[in-house]
Amino acid sequence: MLELKHISFDVHTSDTDKEIIKDVSLEIGDNRLVAVTGPNGGGKSTLARLIAGIERPTSGKIILDGEDITDLSVTDRAKRGIGFAFQQPVRFKGIQVLDLLRIASGKKLSVSDACPYLASVGLCAQDYIGREVNASLSGGELKRIEIATVLARGSRLSVFDEPEAGIDLWSFQNLIEVFEGMRRKISDSSIMIISHQERILAIADEIVVIRDGTLADAGPREKILPGLIGTASAYAGCRPKKYVDGE
Amino acid sequence: MQLDEIQKRLLREVADLHKVPDGAYNIRANGKSVGRSSSAHIEIEPREDGAGLTVRVQPGTKNESVHIPVVMSQSGIKEVVYNDFFIGEGADVLIVAGCGIDNCGPKDSQHDGIHRFWLEKGAHVRYVEKHYGSGDGAGKRILNPGTEVYLGEDSAMEMEMVQIKGVDDTVRSTKAELGRGAKLVVRERLMTHDSQNAISNYEVLLDGEGSSADVVSRSVAKGNSFQKFDAKLVGNAPCTGHTECDSIIMENGRILAVPGLEANHIDAALVHEAAIGKIAGDQIIKLETLGLTEKEAEEQIINGFLK
Repeated sequence: MLELKHISFDVHTSDTDKEIIKDVSLEIGDNRLVAVTGPNGGGKSTLARLIAGIERPTSGKIILDGEDITDLSVTDRAKRGIGFAFQQPVRFKGIQVLDLLRIASGKKLSVSDACPYLASVGLCAQDYIGREVNASLSGGELKRIEIATVLARGSRLSVFDEPEAGIDLWSFQNLIEVFEGMRRKISDSSIMIISHQERILAIADEIVVIRDGTLADAGPREKILPGLIGTASAYAGCRPKKYVDGE
Repeated sequence: MQLDEIQKRLLREVADLHKVPDGAYNIRANGKSVGRSSSAHIEIEPREDGAGLTVRVQPGTKNESVHIPVVMSQSGIKEVVYNDFFIGEGADVLIVAGCGIDNCGPKDSQHDGIHRFWLEKGAHVRYVEKHYGSGDGAGKRILNPGTEVYLGEDSAMEMEMVQIKGVDDTVRSTKAELGRGAKLVVRERLMTHDSQNAISNYEVLLDGEGSSADVVSRSVAKGNSFQKFDAKLVGNAPCTGHTECDSIIMENGRILAVPGLEANHIDAALVHEAAIGKIAGDQIIKLETLGLTEKEAEEQIINGFLK
């Protein structure tokens, strides 16, 4: 499905030259749920943004189903089957949840067509379908709507950038159920979730550890997870303070 | 009623009319009334000088409508029209105004509609006014609407003003005086493009105890266009007032928002909010990840914003 070949990404500003991603090579197969973890500031989110095309690699190649998509725009990658859920979902004044689901699916969905997407992220469709995607929605609601748009898109590869960030514990419990449901229904597609959460890592087929911009480890969950428990790469519940700065 | 195809199209744009409307109406085309009808409870009479109408809605009239659209398809017409509306006690009506100008010629076409409303006790009016211009002549399409609203005790007026396309120059002046318990709600949606100018001035006097006003403008300025939103609320009694200007600028568009709040009573509570900026980059990227191009994403964002 997706292959990253020797991906590097540098940032040059007037004060710094920084290498954010250093020569990362990685393969994501069909019908896999892959969790990407590692300390904060290690480059996980950047990797996700490179896959979606929001950032372009300094060097290396990104191959989707045999096609080199390294130089394709965000739009062209979306059309070829890459979906992306933002860590901080975007708000839109005036655009309703139904509008966003219609754009995502590329079809003029009826209200009853759109409802299952909201139901599957634990939202009562009737209450939300006509809501504006604006500041009146809570962080947890917005996050679930973001995930619903990615579900409606039905991409070959759906990338979720820290879905647990910025939501309360109660919403998080629901979120885990959403991903468990997605894992069960996976078919002819793959899911990549950037996360520190032990419960998300626990449902992954494979775990990738990114540390200091490099691929520190990768492999089946059974092999990788035991070594991560209790570290900054995997923790249960709320984030312990000592990990906030990326220790 | 004789209307040509251009006039019919303009009528659809400004009043959503596909046929002669139900209820009371007056349709003005190229400076003349081409169709008029009163209803059992709503009387429409031409003014003696011919430049406008007097509309009287009987007390207690419910769920009826008045349509008074204006269409202009000849280049070079300039007119000032005065329409007065007297809304009886307890009446509840919909008034649809609006002006469409198609100017394919070299001369400017201009319609200045002065609308005055007197609402008696407990009356309620929903007023919808759309402005639209088309045609590729060098002559400008100019609309200068003036609106005066006098709200009696416990009366309420909701005004929806829309100008999305094609009007080169507009100066909109709206004045309102609110009595005890009266309520004014204004929703303005405006888009300007190319070298257009749009100025919108509001002066709302909250004179009666318990009166309230909510004036909200959402606008988009594209191309080299310029907009000015000048909303002044004056609290002369215990009252609440809120004005908001929420705008998107694109290309070389410019917007000036002028907040004006004047509290002359200790229990006047007045709020002004204004935000102007370009479309957020994240909004575009989000829609791109859903398969839209940058241009399609911008269109969706603006359509939603002005919806």
